[in-house]
Amino acid sequence: MCGAKAGGPDLAGVDVANETIIQGSVTRNDEPVNGYVRLLDENGEFTAEVPTSATGQFRFFARPGKWTLRALVPGATVDRQVVATQGEFTEVAIAV
Amino acid sequence: MSRSDVLVDADWVQAHLDDPKVVIVEVDEDTAAYDKNHIRNAVRIDWKKDLQDPVRRDFIDQAGFEALLSAKGIANDDTVVLYGGNNNWFASYAYWYFKLYGHGDVRLLDGGRKKWELDSRELVVEQPERAATQYTAQPADSSIRAFRDDVVNAIGTLNLVDVRSPDEFSGKLLAPAHLPQEQSQRPGHVPSAKNIPWAKNANDDGTFKSDDELKALYEAEGVDLATDTIAYCRIGERSALTWFVLHELLGQENVKNYDGSWTEYGSLVGVPIELGN
Repeated sequence: MCGAKAGGPDLAGVDVANETIIQGSVTRNDEPVNGYVRLLDENGEFTAEVPTSATGQFRFFARPGKWTLRALVPGATVDRQVVATQGEFTEVAIAV
Repeated sequence: MSRSDVLVDADWVQAHLDDPKVVIVEVDEDTAAYDKNHIRNAVRIDWKKDLQDPVRRDFIDQAGFEALLSAKGIANDDTVVLYGGNNNWFASYAYWYFKLYGHGDVRLLDGGRKKWELDSRELVVEQPERAATQYTAQPADSSIRAFRDDVVNAIGTLNLVDVRSPDEFSGKLLAPAHLPQEQSQRPGHVPSAKNIPWAKNANDDGTFKSDDELKALYEAEGVDLATDTIAYCRIGERSALTWFVLHELLGQENVKNYDGSWTEYGSLVGVPIELGN
């Protein structure tokens, strides 16, 4: 298993100025966890879901506003609240 | 038709991993997921490479489906169990193809790859070898597929169910939030469509809600289950999941999946579009 990488996936080739990016990593005891991350809108409605990469990373292209990230991994579910802004990328580290 | 005729749980699949007449098929949005690992003895169908016409915007025809299943070693009398990532979006899409081309026994693995992974069940990298077959498909069943004119004619008369996320429905986003924002020319939704995101059909672990919960969901959202229904999303895969719920789990007659979906409708000249909630 590769080690966990801090932060989200590499942004090379991504139009950061025009996107609203939420990204990060999911770890357990500093090791990456294979699982899923859900993006819920401010009403708690499901918007998207991605599997974490081999290094525990994830990324969403969202819109500006408040969001909830929900990490689903074997044996655990963890929520994190985030505020995203266009033209910036919001980094979220989720430890489960 | 009962739920067990179209949906199996992980224990059922586990018990049939070595059954030669059960073919487990992985279909993922991320077409490389299978290479990383997959359920033992599962074969892969690539929704981009295997299921689409290579030139025009359409899916493979009857002969193409026959060639694909023959090459994958799937026989007409095999039980096919489809599963995939993203809560079975593309597995549902493939399921719809199997029904469209008349396969006798096809089912979904409830919860798909996600539930299997969250249960920490075995995944392997070895790929099975299946001898080629001579698969015979039926002519495409157009009663479960909607085209753009069907959608325009359904405005204000039939149930139109937009299964995208609320932000895609209202026009704030053009694509699911894990994809770069591109595709159709215009955001919004088909007038008179009800927004019932596909995710409302499923629990967090990707399994389907109970029939009673599903029925209550559509009735609460104002969908008259006695009326014909067209489901759509962006490219027809999420709405295939909703089609599965309405047609296969709830047994509603006359449900069509509009696979052209918003990438087609949102690029048409002159058709009505609504913005907002």
